Amino acid sequence: MSSSSSAKQAAPASTRAKPANKAEAAADYLDGRLGIYSLAKSNLRKIFPDHWSFMLGEICLYTFIIIILTGVYLTLFFKPSMGEVVYNGSYAPLNGIHMSEAYASTLNISFEVRGGLLIRQIHHWAAIVFVAAMFVHMMRVFFTGAFRKPREINWIFGFLLLFLGFFDGFLGYSLPDDLLSGTGIRFMEGAILAVPLVGTYISFFLFGGEFPGTDIVPRFFTIHVLLIPGIMLGLLVAHLILVFYHKHTQWAGPGRTEKNVVGMPLMPVYMAKAGGFFFLVFGIIAAMSAIASVNPVWAYGPYRPDQVSTDAQPDWYMGFAEGLIRVMPGWEVRAWGHTLNLGVFIPLMLFPLVLVAIAVYPFIESWITGDKREHHILDRPRNAPVRTALGAAWISLYLVLLSGGGNDLIATHFHLSLNDITYFVRAGSFIVPVIVFFVTKRWCLGLQRRDKEKVLHGRETGVIKRLPHGEFVEVHAQLDPTALHKLTNHEQYEPVELPAEVDENGVARKAGVVAKTRAKLSEGYFGEGNQIPKATAEEFKEITSGHGHH
Amino acid sequence: MSDDNLPTAHDAVHGHGEAAVAENPFADPGLPAHEPRRTDIDERAAKRAERQVSLMFVVSMLATVGFIASYVAIDKSKIVYIFPLGHISALNFALGMTLGVALFCIGAGAVHWARTLMSDVELPAERHAIEADDETRADVIQQFKTGAGESGFGRRKMIRNTLIGSMALVPLSGVMLLRDLGPLPEKSLDSTGWKEATPDAPIRLINMNTNEPMKAEDIGIGSLTFAKPGPSASRPGGLQETDEDFQQAIAKDALMLIRIQPDDIKDDKSKGLGFEGVLAYSKICTHVGCPISLYEQQTHHALCPCHQSTFDLSDGARVIFGPAGHPLPQLKITTDPSGYLIATQDFAKPVGPSFWERSA
Repeated sequence: MSSSSSAKQAAPASTRAKPANKAEAAADYLDGRLGIYSLAKSNLRKIFPDHWSFMLGEICLYTFIIIILTGVYLTLFFKPSMGEVVYNGSYAPLNGIHMSEAYASTLNISFEVRGGLLIRQIHHWAAIVFVAAMFVHMMRVFFTGAFRKPREINWIFGFLLLFLGFFDGFLGYSLPDDLLSGTGIRFMEGAILAVPLVGTYISFFLFGGEFPGTDIVPRFFTIHVLLIPGIMLGLLVAHLILVFYHKHTQWAGPGRTEKNVVGMPLMPVYMAKAGGFFFLVFGIIAAMSAIASVNPVWAYGPYRPDQVSTDAQPDWYMGFAEGLIRVMPGWEVRAWGHTLNLGVFIPLMLFPLVLVAIAVYPFIESWITGDKREHHILDRPRNAPVRTALGAAWISLYLVLLSGGGNDLIATHFHLSLNDITYFVRAGSFIVPVIVFFVTKRWCLGLQRRDKEKVLHGRETGVIKRLPHGEFVEVHAQLDPTALHKLTNHEQYEPVELPAEVDENGVARKAGVVAKTRAKLSEGYFGEGNQIPKATAEEFKEITSGHGHH
Repeated sequence: MSDDNLPTAHDAVHGHGEAAVAENPFADPGLPAHEPRRTDIDERAAKRAERQVSLMFVVSMLATVGFIASYVAIDKSKIVYIFPLGHISALNFALGMTLGVALFCIGAGAVHWARTLMSDVELPAERHAIEADDETRADVIQQFKTGAGESGFGRRKMIRNTLIGSMALVPLSGVMLLRDLGPLPEKSLDSTGWKEATPDAPIRLINMNTNEPMKAEDIGIGSLTFAKPGPSASRPGGLQETDEDFQQAIAKDALMLIRIQPDDIKDDKSKGLGFEGVLAYSKICTHVGCPISLYEQQTHHALCPCHQSTFDLSDGARVIFGPAGHPLPQLKITTDPSGYLIATQDFAKPVGPSFWERSA
């Protein structure tokens, strides 16, 4: 074995051409270890379609990042402990008051740590915007039918993110241990106690004994900063991977088909636009936090179970759950030495149901249409009247319940009877969604009719012409091919028909309940009167060729 | 690739059958030609846009310097008046605004750059069906079958079934480990801090505000007073805020005292539990446990500010509105020889929200 001979042996040269500059050399280095060229090959110039509503999801992503950044900062100063201290800090009104370390450290973050108040405010504001943006983003996806195959699973991921966002928001609100947050936890304890059989046990295990005990803040802290954000981060990454994999949906338009995606490339346009938008969102939330105070915990005082303030309100996204619990009649069943507190238990069960109703919708719709194809072109909401009406009805239910959750504020601000508002919400929860459903459906059908009219008779020009025999007519101009295409390329489903009652051999065949339900629902979605047949090419030719063209 | 899965714009299978017309007036006219922006053709406009973008980045730099200067220079206790915001923390305002401007200007600059100077030519990219083609599908299924066959999972049913059984049971260990999160409820929700009160060893009612025992005449007609337990055998100093378990105790012991003209008390049983028109009710709402703190002296109605359960205190604290399921428990009170209000027994029913084991 000779070391001199092996040293002389030159390493086999790379077959790759010499890099032109240092950046290329660095990229080559990384490619040799990470395979970045293959990764970037189809992604560097990945095409994104452009529409303002596509930024709603971006806001969710960016606020989530802001929440994590500010949250880490807050953990450096926050003490998640219910150990009792006597406050002696720079907020004079609370000096000498007994409080938990959690509340005292929240006061310190707000008054002693320079910039601490700002970060606390950014954290809370970003959380509010995060949930709001998830809501609106989800509405966008719902009303445009973007949840259809292949995106149903991503819809579920999004739904879970919303649901977890609700709970993490509630937990975060509970951590400072101020009077308002403690009241929220008490509400939660009362709700848990209402669960039959195991409620008392769950409550004792959660609180480490009787309410409030000393365990709840450290426990909530771990769930708030570690468990739920960890799950959310995983879901978020999965959500984005799927968005990337499916490619974005797009609106119908010239050159846009189900088989392509038209837009501008990631590098440079979307790097600049989306990257820049992160800073816009962060900047606006920072400015909001400078001028608009949210959750001024110092004004509420420390939590004590025998004290409460009026206007006890959760953050808005929990407001509909609050509404459910406020307007529910106090039904209580006592039998065989047990109490079943339906007045609290029913709202507790309805709360997830209101949300799950939205989660399962994609599966219901695909079952009704029986459509197994992929969809990448978005529906205009008017072209899916029943879906749009269902979404609007759901939102109206949400708003009715939200107004139930703020009945005290509505009563004081609008000088109304609190009891009347509660009675209205009780009835309105059943009536308002139905009215909204029918109004929205009619509205969509009206818009469909107008589209058809525009396709067949052109748009109104505002020019009035007098015909030789004296009649006045308005001149209509035919739409250009782009507009014609946009207004006619949507697809309309036929209602599913029940199979014939006798088969080809004359043997009676009974349709099952499931098939009948599906046929009924399908008729309700796509039957006569539930969609306006769109203009056909024949109709168009008939009208535009020859006379009667004005 | 199973492109059949991707529908064409006009799919006759599911849609209203659109007959193929020789010349479809609704046909896709194709991608429109790119229309140049002003900055694409006018170099002066492009230069101006470039300066605007740079200006925003410079403003951002200045704002960051401003942030650092504010952090160093502004005292954290300084309060300023800014219209229309009112009196606010100067430090919070300065830091938030400078940070906001610094971040916003980076974003605005980048977006302006993308909109004015980067290419706005729309490009199409092909989509590919998500589903694999039949060949891949068959191949993967075959591979899986080979793997499954080699494992013998399907053949050796005993292994399969015991594996499923063990996997199903093993999470129970995790559930068991949660047991020591807290003690068992036992009967602790049934009683309060007043439970030690007996006719021989009564517990005095202590005014929550003055921390003094009180007499019936201290309570005016129409007034609302809050009380807590005084000294008892296990708590010789009475319930004090400094007690380790104060929060837990006050969550059940808090009392609401009112005085009503004895003739106005509609419920005889309730009248009997009081003393000369002084009635002591639990302050904790029977709905989900908020403290009740709003009292209307004309009607004797007490209202919980959380969910608006309304109780008629002149009628045994019956629920007259709202989501509470049962009346507020009442504490039997009387006076000791020196005239101080005392309790000689616990509440007859558990206080606070309902729970499954609640029997009364």
